[in-house]
Amino acid sequence: MKLFTYNLLSLRVGVGPHGFPLHLQATKVHINPEDFNPDSVAHMIPKVEWVAFLEVTNTLHLIKLPKGPIHGHERDEKFLRKMHILQETDVLEGILQRPRLSFNWSKLISVIQMHCAFSTS
Amino acid sequence: MALPGPLNRYLLLMAQEHLEFRLPEIKSLLSLFGGQFISNQGTYGKSPFWILSIPSEEIARNLMKRTVCAKSIFELWGHGRSSEELYSSLRSYPVEKMVPFLHSDSTYKIKIHTFNKTLTQEEKVKRIDALEFLPFEGKVNLKKPQHIFSLLEDYGLDPNCIPENPHNVYFGRWIADGQRELIESYSIKKRHFIGNTSMDAGLSFIMANHGKVKENDIVFDPFVGTGGLLIASAHFGAYVYGTDIDYNTVHGLGKASRKNQKWRGPDENIRANLRQYGLEKYYLDVLVSDASKPSWRKGTYFDAIITDPPYGIRESTRRTGSQKEIPKGMEKCPESHVPVSLSYHLSDMFFDLLNFAAETLVLGGRLVYWLPVYTPEYIEEMVPSHPCLKLISNCEQKLSSHTSRRLITMEKVKKFKAPDR
Repeated sequence: MKLFTYNLLSLRVGVGPHGFPLHLQATKVHINPEDFNPDSVAHMIPKVEWVAFLEVTNTLHLIKLPKGPIHGHERDEKFLRKMHILQETDVLEGILQRPRLSFNWSKLISVIQMHCAFSTS
Repeated sequence: MALPGPLNRYLLLMAQEHLEFRLPEIKSLLSLFGGQFISNQGTYGKSPFWILSIPSEEIARNLMKRTVCAKSIFELWGHGRSSEELYSSLRSYPVEKMVPFLHSDSTYKIKIHTFNKTLTQEEKVKRIDALEFLPFEGKVNLKKPQHIFSLLEDYGLDPNCIPENPHNVYFGRWIADGQRELIESYSIKKRHFIGNTSMDAGLSFIMANHGKVKENDIVFDPFVGTGGLLIASAHFGAYVYGTDIDYNTVHGLGKASRKNQKWRGPDENIRANLRQYGLEKYYLDVLVSDASKPSWRKGTYFDAIITDPPYGIRESTRRTGSQKEIPKGMEKCPESHVPVSLSYHLSDMFFDLLNFAAETLVLGGRLVYWLPVYTPEYIEEMVPSHPCLKLISNCEQKLSSHTSRRLITMEKVKKFKAPDR
């Protein structure tokens, strides 16, 4: 499963925004030496959910990335080369789990709703 | 390259196949390349000769790099309903537009194409001689000319009624041929892995063209099968996703559609098919869709969704022999390729497909899918609709005396908001 794909997956609809991102425990990751195509990487970047993407690059100990896509990224070759991991990184083995619950008192109501959703499934 | 004019006229020579699908293909491709379909011609129905106005030769060449419906395109210098009309039309074509291709340093040849009639060599030579009034100053080179000019004569479509004189005659400079050779090179007869319902190569390229697929697009097929539709999009430079509702996966079994072939699972088969054509780098992922597996998040990230959903048109009488191959416990109709155990009601599936497309397509992105039809009861209102999607085309392909399927193309024109139904 490519890194870009992982960024597009969530729990089935009905569980609200907390179905994303899925928690990934990767046991086998392969970096494919793909030809670098800057245009295709640039085309993918606007489709990426950045916060989830940063999280997974940390989890998998991949390269460090800025807090958000760079303005004018289409022409920034260095940045595009870094983002090439979207296509190159292939999680060959791993477990996808429901997102971790985290307590945030200001979002207490949504957490309770989440509990209800999980208990029925 | 020709001098840029306000709009130059071109002659498209169309293939006489998939007649209804041709106009939407050409229109979609012209719009993909920044042009527009402009023509004075009344109808296109059965005729292989289409006269269009196109802003530049570059757009014309780009069109030909994609189309599988058009055989060739010519810069039109003259036409008429008789040779005399043609010659007078040629005399009024601006000489300054001809000169760049006729000057003394250039080489050329003239080809004659006749449709629905065969000419003798003598008759052909006569016609070439009659064109001597044109200011040709270059040298004739029959092997490798720089410029090829074509005289095309249309003797109608009825092989049983061939007229003495042509209905229409055209003369122009040949620009480029279309991509019809892809139909042979990607033929499913040569493909490594096929399914019972693999799409004919020509139609799969037509679908990618209706979908306005372009380089670097992310294209998705939710009912991917062996990936035939993905192959066409990958050939045009798109990166591809598929999901598969493989009924055999549940049992860990797979059945190959060719004898002695090992079934390795839907993703491996699709990868192998792409690899066969050197397109593996465009393979993103194929997911097996199952209630317990993850799904797609909210957002707009697909540039096109191109698919052939399973559909259940059942004949009232079963075909003999077709039931022998069905795995135990699963009933399947090869001619309609849907497991009967699927409780998914037909119209629900299309409703969900349109909704999914409205949610996940980028604005301007296209959904292209086949809709099965019981012809005697078909009315236009049966075509599913959605407030965010605009109907672009609806092309019929007859399957039997009372069934057909329609290729529906829709474009996302409005942002999706959850309550829209």
